[in-house]
Amino acid sequence: MTGRGDRREPALDGGSAGVLTALKDATLLALLTFGLSFPIVAFNTRQDLTQGLVLEARWDLVATACAVVFLARFVWTLFGPTFWRGGNAVVQRAASLVRATGISVDHVRWFGLAVLVTYPFLAVWVTGPGGAIKWIDNFGIQILIYVMLGWGLNIVVGLAGLLDLGYVAFYAVGAYSAALLSTTFGFSFWLCLPLAGIFAAFWGILLGFPVLRLRGDYLAIVTLAFGEIIRLVLINWVEVTGGAAGISSIPRPSFFGIPFDASPDGFAATFGLDFSPLHRLFFLFYLILAMALLTNWITVRLRRLPIGRAWEALREDEIACRSLGIDTVTTKLTAFSIGAMFGGFAGAFFAARLGFISPKSFEFMESAVILAIVVLGGMGSQIGVAIAAVVMIGGTEILRELGFLKAIFGPTFDPAQYRLILFGLGMVAMMVWRPRGLISKREPSISLGAHKAISGVHVKEGHG
Amino acid sequence: MMAGRFETLLQVENLTMRFGGLVAVRDLSFSVGRGQITALIGPNGAGKTTVFNCLTGFYKPTSGRIALVRDASDPAAAIAALTNSPRRHTRSRSTEVYLLERMGDSEITAKARVARTFQNIRLFQGMTVLENLIVAQHNALNLASGYSLLGLVGAKSFRAAERRAVDLASYWLDKIGLLARADDAAGELPYGDQRRLEIARAMCTSPVLLCLDEPAAGLNPRESGDLKELVLDIREETGTSVLLIEHDMSVVMDISDHVIVLEHGVKISDGTPAQVRDCPKVIAAYLGVEDEEVVVAEAEIGK
Repeated sequence: MTGRGDRREPALDGGSAGVLTALKDATLLALLTFGLSFPIVAFNTRQDLTQGLVLEARWDLVATACAVVFLARFVWTLFGPTFWRGGNAVVQRAASLVRATGISVDHVRWFGLAVLVTYPFLAVWVTGPGGAIKWIDNFGIQILIYVMLGWGLNIVVGLAGLLDLGYVAFYAVGAYSAALLSTTFGFSFWLCLPLAGIFAAFWGILLGFPVLRLRGDYLAIVTLAFGEIIRLVLINWVEVTGGAAGISSIPRPSFFGIPFDASPDGFAATFGLDFSPLHRLFFLFYLILAMALLTNWITVRLRRLPIGRAWEALREDEIACRSLGIDTVTTKLTAFSIGAMFGGFAGAFFAARLGFISPKSFEFMESAVILAIVVLGGMGSQIGVAIAAVVMIGGTEILRELGFLKAIFGPTFDPAQYRLILFGLGMVAMMVWRPRGLISKREPSISLGAHKAISGVHVKEGHG
Repeated sequence: MMAGRFETLLQVENLTMRFGGLVAVRDLSFSVGRGQITALIGPNGAGKTTVFNCLTGFYKPTSGRIALVRDASDPAAAIAALTNSPRRHTRSRSTEVYLLERMGDSEITAKARVARTFQNIRLFQGMTVLENLIVAQHNALNLASGYSLLGLVGAKSFRAAERRAVDLASYWLDKIGLLARADDAAGELPYGDQRRLEIARAMCTSPVLLCLDEPAAGLNPRESGDLKELVLDIREETGTSVLLIEHDMSVVMDISDHVIVLEHGVKISDGTPAQVRDCPKVIAAYLGVEDEEVVVAEAEIGK
């Protein structure tokens, strides 16, 4: 047993010194916990029946917290390093096993695509027509929306290196323009979709202009503010946007003019099928899948074009770009507008899918989640972003499915409430083991000989 | 000047650059000859890099004129006519004159074809060596890709343009001896190779004037020997004029045709290497006024 204390003390002292140090360390930390929790946790104010404030002491909670911290620290000090090394060894082992099987990113890509294409059928086959609704809608469609948003933001953050904390604004612009165009002018979904993309791209350029000269923290703050401005306008411009109540009864997308309903002209009747709500979901699923794949295809293509290389060069060194005659203004604006356009497409889909939108769906948290997807996936990596979206959004949805835990933790236990804690833990773990995201290697856009991936160590994260 | 052969490419007149109360460059005038290697030297803080930043548009000069004459039958008249007009450049079949002080940084490289390197190397470290050189050809390629539209559908004309870009990159990689490392990340290269790669990248913009900011800094004697050959080779093969800032006197004295000495933002000497080397003002100002130091300095510059 080699505790951390052993390394500090002279080597001859052996294990007992380790235990002593661990005890001391744990006691200190328990005291610290006591100090922290004493005012905050120990006293709870509550209104009683006469509306008076009552002070409740919760010493049992404080004692539990201190005990937990003491034990955790004690065990960690004694066994932590061993455990740490073990964990690292397991990770390395797993990595080498994966390498040994010869699975490459390419395999993952094709396997992922195959799963995606067959997913709705798999869901029906496994859970039956009733159970599949949830799996296709909450998991499939929901995740794919975030994959698409992640890929859109990846252009701005991952490729061009411009930190955008207000990406949800473009999602909102897309959703609201599609909703307003269809409810006001009766435009069909297929007309609203490109228009929403164009509007969002326009707003992307509009945001781009004032932030052209900003970098780093300043850029982040201005984009953050932009996201909030859009949301506040949506809430307060009641005559147009319906304010906090949002816009409802947005026409649902039709199958090229054939509605998904039980009427004689409906999809089911036209194709001689029995009416089922699954038809619409299948359609929506494949629609968002096609849109996401189109986003991916365009992004991958653009990366190998001069404009994509200019984005990456901009991320690496803006001054060098200028010295090579690259117009950084148009380069930044194209990144903002193309990224925003994909956000707008996703927004139009979002509006049509639910038939109802409100500013609630476009809060800062959404921007943060999309950015987390891009960062966790590995900035610039398409497949990494897709995996991160599955893990983050799928993980959130899975938490709702863990109802059986109520049997262990009591009937008031709601696993979904622990979403953010798990996010936090996941992020910390990622930053420790994979600080550059799931896929940190960069694929060169052109090569003389064989393609060689570039280690993430050299790749910059951008300055803005 | 040497009669007949000396033709001015770049003419700097009364250039002044002020940062608040500090005058970094004061009333500086000099010229860079076409097809020549011109060195700009001076002690630390003399304003050399400031001059570079003015030439390449990274700073907007407080006052003065920087004229680049690529083609004109009567340069003086063409410059005067352009100065009196609000335009930034004249581009016709027989006359091509640019007023760099009116142009922005990327515009200067893209249109006037002045390329530069940096004192602290600025490569795209996470991109491959080849990608660095392809990015340098961005403007031509972007045009060939129809601003991405033709490129997106994989048009033949774009693919041909890209092949030509790779050929040009390979040519320069071969010149600097890095062809074998074309697909490695630029950040993986040793320091000396990074310096040469930055020069090759600047050359991929097909410049008429190449500005090198301390290209030999941090190089060992063998590497700075290679560098001298590279610069001479560039001039020989492409006819590109070179303006370089350098502290390594062996490089300056060996390869330059023309040396300009700055001190505290003011020009104190201007002439051939031999003239400058003998100028007492230069020796005193550049290396100190003590007699012993002059002796040491003379030994250093190989007198």
